[in-house]
Amino acid sequence: MQQLIGELMRTFDLAKSPLRELNEELHRQKDGSNEAQWEVLNPRGGHAIAVGLDAPIKVDVLGSVGYYCAGMNKKATVTVHGSAGPGVAENMMSGKVVIKGDASQYAGATGHGGLLVIEGNASSRCGISMKGIDIVVKGNIGHMSAFMAQSGHLVVLGDAGDALGDSIYEAKLFVRGKVKSLGADCIEKEMRPEHHEALSKLLEGAGIKDAKTSEFRRYGSARKLYNFNIDNADAY
Amino acid sequence: MCGIVGLFLKKPEMEPQLGELLSKMLSTMCERGPDSAGFAIYGAAEDGRTKITLQSASAKTDFAKLQATLAKDKKVGAKLTVKDTHAVLSIPSDKLDDIKTLLADEFPSIRTMATGENIEIYKEVGYPTEVAKRFDLAHMSGTHAIGHTRMATESAVTTLGAHPFSTGADECLVHNGSLSNHASLRRELVRDGMKFNTENDTEVAASYLTWRMKQGMNLGEALEKSLDDLDGFFNFVVGTKEGFGVVRDPIACKPAVMAETDDYVAFGSEYRALAGLPGIDKAKVWEPEPATVYFWQR
Repeated sequence: MQQLIGELMRTFDLAKSPLRELNEELHRQKDGSNEAQWEVLNPRGGHAIAVGLDAPIKVDVLGSVGYYCAGMNKKATVTVHGSAGPGVAENMMSGKVVIKGDASQYAGATGHGGLLVIEGNASSRCGISMKGIDIVVKGNIGHMSAFMAQSGHLVVLGDAGDALGDSIYEAKLFVRGKVKSLGADCIEKEMRPEHHEALSKLLEGAGIKDAKTSEFRRYGSARKLYNFNIDNADAY
Repeated sequence: MCGIVGLFLKKPEMEPQLGELLSKMLSTMCERGPDSAGFAIYGAAEDGRTKITLQSASAKTDFAKLQATLAKDKKVGAKLTVKDTHAVLSIPSDKLDDIKTLLADEFPSIRTMATGENIEIYKEVGYPTEVAKRFDLAHMSGTHAIGHTRMATESAVTTLGAHPFSTGADECLVHNGSLSNHASLRRELVRDGMKFNTENDTEVAASYLTWRMKQGMNLGEALEKSLDDLDGFFNFVVGTKEGFGVVRDPIACKPAVMAETDDYVAFGSEYRALAGLPGIDKAKVWEPEPATVYFWQR
């Protein structure tokens, strides 16, 4: 065990102990815990690693993870030093999740709050049904991303796939690269000063210094679909 | 659910390890498909000879009887190697039609799993690690192999419902997903003379590819066309004599991850299947794009 200043570093090896023990230990942590730093070894694509955390602790996973890593996260900062399988940070409430590699489908799905940073690419359905989470993807995102997205921000430094923001509500989407196609009721919108300001904060939070807010386009809801109006039936 | 694993070796010196590597990959996918498992392995060819992988529910009596029948005609030069409920029959390629007729006429309870110069297919009902053990997968060698663990959705848990399905000489298909237009497509294929052994949706996909190739398409073209004609969820991994191909439906709900190094190309339903491969830490790992045909061959 390595002693850090004021904090105890704990190492948990998933090759030696079962996942359930790790998650139980992490769930036992409370605000002000002196076991605030955790290192998880040998994840080997395992499912549900560091799920349901509810304390301001820092967890570093050294390797790639499988389904649902850091799901339902509250307060904690979880960093995956590898890639993540489907549903990473699903339904996150607060805190921060960083994926150093790529993320598979539905990253950050239904998230209510917090910040999800994907340093590589995210595949399909990134931010599907997001409800307040902020997601920053340094690479590209796949098709049907931000489907029925309700609130929060999705920032993409690369390109977006087909049907971005289909049936979107009030989430704000910022894309620097190309958008292959927009989904139903998703349109490009002007970047007003408040959008530059919000985007600037998101980029800063994700530790991105080499992107200017002026390089991004904003997309959001045309508000013709969810305020259903019979005169708009042609739009379906 | 279902799990798929695939491994294509680039270096001949790794060939003796193929079975061991594939069996480890398969063992990580048990939860995805605990009811049955199977694999296709492409081993060394013998000049001028064809291998037929056979299966029987009464293997002991059937294969003994077949052995005795074949021994009567020494000129044929047939060799039968029994492995549990399966057996590999090696024959001179020019005797293939005669042997097929013999099997159909005199051995109706023996089923043909695969035919080709390199391919052998083994599949059974049971927990995947047990199935791999029964056929001693860990000690098999070859150039490439595809494995499948099945969680049945569209048809019964039977040996014939397990994957891979053979689509033609030295060709096979495994599937994760479920097809929604398999009944109507099956009727069209039957009308066009295709024959079916099961009620399984994947057999329809396999038969569809064979049907397209009979019309003159190559496998790549047939896979491209399948994106127009098949409705439902699918990740297909297809094996051929020279290599393997991967295609996902346009929605791509079913998980897939691939890895490539100087030594191999690997496919897994999840990263767990790849985590034990040598040099995986330095491999290029990515998720195959939807509605895109990938192919590796030597």
